[in-house]
Amino acid sequence: MSAYTPEQWAKIDADAAVMRGKARRRKFLETVANHSVLVAMSAIFIMPLYLIVVISLMTYRQASLRALWPSPFIWHNYIEVFHAVPFLHWTMNTLFVSTLTMIGTVVSSVPPAYVLSRLQWKGRNGTFIAILATMMLPGQVTMIPVYVIFAKLHWIPGYLPLIVPAFFSSAFSIFLLRQFFATIPDEISDAARIDGCNEFQLMMRIVIPLAKPAISAIALFAFLGAWNDFFGPLLYLVENPDLWTLGIGLTQFESLHHVDRNMLMTASALFMMPVIVIFFFSQKVFIEGVTLTGVKG
Amino acid sequence: MSPWVFGFLFFTAYPMGASLYQSFTKFNLIETPTWVGAENYVRMFTDDADFWKALKNTVWISAVSIPLRIAFALFTAWILTKPKRGSNIYRTIFFLPAMVPTVAATMSFTYIFNPAIGPINKFLEFFGIENPPMWFIDPHWSKWALILLGLWGIGDTMIIYLAGLLDVPRSLYEAAAIEGASGWQQFRYVTIPMMTPVIFFSTVTGVIGSFQYFTQAYVAAGQVNDYSHSMYFYATHIYYQAFKAYDMGYASALAWVLLIFTLICTLIMLQTQKRWVHYPNGSLFK
Repeated sequence: MSAYTPEQWAKIDADAAVMRGKARRRKFLETVANHSVLVAMSAIFIMPLYLIVVISLMTYRQASLRALWPSPFIWHNYIEVFHAVPFLHWTMNTLFVSTLTMIGTVVSSVPPAYVLSRLQWKGRNGTFIAILATMMLPGQVTMIPVYVIFAKLHWIPGYLPLIVPAFFSSAFSIFLLRQFFATIPDEISDAARIDGCNEFQLMMRIVIPLAKPAISAIALFAFLGAWNDFFGPLLYLVENPDLWTLGIGLTQFESLHHVDRNMLMTASALFMMPVIVIFFFSQKVFIEGVTLTGVKG
Repeated sequence: MSPWVFGFLFFTAYPMGASLYQSFTKFNLIETPTWVGAENYVRMFTDDADFWKALKNTVWISAVSIPLRIAFALFTAWILTKPKRGSNIYRTIFFLPAMVPTVAATMSFTYIFNPAIGPINKFLEFFGIENPPMWFIDPHWSKWALILLGLWGIGDTMIIYLAGLLDVPRSLYEAAAIEGASGWQQFRYVTIPMMTPVIFFSTVTGVIGSFQYFTQAYVAAGQVNDYSHSMYFYATHIYYQAFKAYDMGYASALAWVLLIFTLICTLIMLQTQKRWVHYPNGSLFK
């Protein structure tokens, strides 16, 4: 044991204080640097959204001068757009397709996911791999024969080709639900079986209530997928303008009507608004859902 | 199970068979298909300039955008793990653009990147860039504009990376720090190896997705009259052959070649993964 004199102790304490100060300063500088980068990146991510909103509130004259702030604010654009194009009609069409797609996906994906995760049967793993494989299959390969079937049924142009497949369950939703169902302990099901539950009751009363987050996630994904879809409506609705969804309507904006070009930004802002509102209310469900699809690949 | 089985039969199994058969026929939707052997496949490689153009564009955008997307997603996710406070707000902001409907995002980008009326080039001029690119209008820059559009919507990939980063055990970083590893060395020798499964997964899905790249390119090309076909991709070619030219036999053959390309790329990646992908639990399916 070496003994220090009081002077030596004082020096050691002083050195330690300087070191702590340096470390604190370094930490502080690091925090400042991180936040600066994050703020700069946030500005870049926000910029296009900001520009869309401000341009949507300008006169066309002002917009074409590349102004960055509306003066005056033309709030009237947001009313005008409903008169200039059948915007409300397109919105209702989109809402109709998206809602039915969502219902179809949930109703038809829960039972297969249940069977794949909660029951033991021969060929279960093989079936699961087949489902994963169809997720990897490029849609272009099946697109033409499916189109031919719908054409023969005289369903084109019409909504049925967009909605009916949703009722035959999507591989992606089954996959996501299965991943979640598999985390529910088997003991819960065993207890319910002993109490005389049959498999259907078990699914309805036990597993579905427990899997609410995952079911909300697939409902949300199905709704947003249909709301944002462009290719499906392009194939099946384009020939009849009465059936157009927002996505199709927006691309036809300029060719159809003599409206100011910056009204396109007004329409785009209205098109994305519901999705962004939904996102703010369901951020947690959403992010958990995305995570579930990616990490357990 | 039965809804999926019926769905699989009607919308996957039968169409796959039918499309394989049709790819060896001449078929215009109205008349019955007539057998022509391998003619469609021969024509594709010997007598279709648009096929080569589309293939070249598709390979180019895959080769450039997939690495960029991975690097950018990894960087945004990594910087999100840094601050003690406020990272939820930043995460929301970074994720928000991923929510914007593709058509709305593409229409808006063609507008704000328009050199005459869009404000983006005004910013670039303000920062001293004298001849900013013409973006979507210039065949040399249009694909870069599409890549920027894609990077803007990086949100969902970023969330997956973020979850991966948060899964890396703290103890590994602590051990590395005790051994004297600098911040960069920790990133290079701890973060990256632990993230290879996620990177691998997103490379595979990225390749599959970029061979089917359609909506952004189709919408943007429709906005700017893309005469030079700089935004004409493989999926666009299939669409035009099938639903504009009604040459459905040929389009089916194109689709099958797409499937084969995708399969080959996936198999190559699965082969190489042993060399660089690090699975803590030793298996892909767990």
